[in-house]
Amino acid sequence: METALLKEEVPQPILVLRGITKYFGGVHALEDVDFEVYPQEIVALVGDNGAGKSTLVKIIAGVHQPTRGQIFFLNRPVEIRSPHDAQALGIEIVYQELALIETRDVPANFFLGREPVKGRLGIFVDRKKMVDDTVRTLKELGIVLPSLRTLVRYLSGGQRQALAIGRVMPWGGKIIIMDEPTAALGVKESRRVLDLILRLKEKGCSVIVISHNMRHVFNVADRIVVLRGGRKVGDKRKTETTPDEIVKLIVGAEML
Amino acid sequence: MESKREEEFLRYTEPGLLRRFARNQLAALILILVGMVVVLSLLTRTFLTANNIFNVLRAFSWIAIASFGQSVVIIGGGIDLSAGSNMAFSGIVTAMLLVAGYNVVFSVLMGLLVTLGIGFCNGLMVSKAKLPPFIATLGTMSIIRGFCYGMTQGWPVRSLPRSFMSLGQTDVGIFIWQVPLPAIFMVVFAVLCYILLDKTKLGYHTYAVGGNEYAAALAGINTGRVKNVAFTLSGLLAGMGGLLMTARLGVAAPTAAQGYELDIIAAAVIGGISLTGGEGSVWGALIGAAIMQILRNALVLLGFPAYWQPAAIGAVIIGAVMIDMYRKRKV
Repeated sequence: METALLKEEVPQPILVLRGITKYFGGVHALEDVDFEVYPQEIVALVGDNGAGKSTLVKIIAGVHQPTRGQIFFLNRPVEIRSPHDAQALGIEIVYQELALIETRDVPANFFLGREPVKGRLGIFVDRKKMVDDTVRTLKELGIVLPSLRTLVRYLSGGQRQALAIGRVMPWGGKIIIMDEPTAALGVKESRRVLDLILRLKEKGCSVIVISHNMRHVFNVADRIVVLRGGRKVGDKRKTETTPDEIVKLIVGAEML
Repeated sequence: MESKREEEFLRYTEPGLLRRFARNQLAALILILVGMVVVLSLLTRTFLTANNIFNVLRAFSWIAIASFGQSVVIIGGGIDLSAGSNMAFSGIVTAMLLVAGYNVVFSVLMGLLVTLGIGFCNGLMVSKAKLPPFIATLGTMSIIRGFCYGMTQGWPVRSLPRSFMSLGQTDVGIFIWQVPLPAIFMVVFAVLCYILLDKTKLGYHTYAVGGNEYAAALAGINTGRVKNVAFTLSGLLAGMGGLLMTARLGVAAPTAAQGYELDIIAAAVIGGISLTGGEGSVWGALIGAAIMQILRNALVLLGFPAYWQPAAIGAVIIGAVMIDMYRKRKV
């Protein structure tokens, strides 16, 4: 007689970081950090200044290479040696500083570093495609700009933020990292960004959000990971913890 | 050339045509140029003659060609102080080879190759050794000038073959005019550099690196390679300008082009290329070189005392940059 065993479906993480250590000369930015990202989840990465959050996400984004440790993507070991490697895997990042080129216009910033090319030689930029794709994406996101030819230096802070977030959308990223997306924004604009993060999850992406704002974190996150002094000190599902407990982990219970 | 989609996307009123014209850098420069030409044509009888115009054209074509390379460097966030020395050096190398009996093509290619190599070294110092461009090219400027003196023992190289000198002295018949060959080279190089900067991926990356190097690096752009190409190109084009100058003058002097790097940079700056990088176009540099040369020409034709000319030029440079800064203020 054969019995069909019903296995409970255990979700596999898309991204696994094991034992990630990063030294910048004598500075120990990260020490033996394990970090996972599951499909369609929003992970908040929190911690005080200097805890290593930015370093960790920059390693995921290919800007830094870990001194020690391994990275697995969809169960395969990978090396993310450059931002292009990360993008090829489907990892996109929106930096806190926005990383826009003020002297260039909107389409140029939209496709920064990955301008579409045309022609046999592959050296000529396909400007028409750049403009068309930019228009389409901005429309989809409901972002209004006076003119595509506007240089970024003439855009307001909110418009720049929208541009910085908008430009990672068209690339079909599986993991989107946002470093302090609401830090410089007012209430209404923060709400828009948080809604966008939720929408990304609906569409099937995972989002890693670095934030200092406990209210925003508890508003959107499924899981909260706490770093302190370069080490992971907490990894809790939102439903199993409270803001107070998270704050305690951030500053270290000894301080309170 | 805005696509229809761009137009339908305009929610705010696009600033009126006149205001856009005034905002546009190149348009403003052309206006100034035309203004100067008109004023001078009215004030003197000799300015608008074919002879004078083509003399002016020939004279600024060498500076202009070198300034195209300089523009690429400045747009990429750097600066090249070795341009003047390179101009002299290419002339010296080519002349010495010609006098030693080598054929024109080989000598010219060698002259260009050495300045290309010097530009490449500048690029390496900036991209690999992380030297500030000002320092790296300041050093190169002196080193190459030293080579100029050392290799010639201070003596200018004369007796250059006719075939070489024709590069700088031939006139090409276009319609009813006899256009100097160097001016034609200038336009050709302007077009090539414009295509590089405005239409290629490398050009886009150059603007990015100059505008915000950190952001460009975060986006995965190879900033070292971009800078390397810029400095190499600047070396090559300075050499090209120097060759045409040498061909025109008929002699390669170790003292040639002394201080020209300032004129070359001034041409770019007047042309609206910001020294902080990330913006500007080679057409601006061309117009800037033209404005400076026409100004010099004007001062001579108007009888301005020769010793005071640098003062007038300096005042114009300051004025041009102030106007450009005013135009760019955040409105």
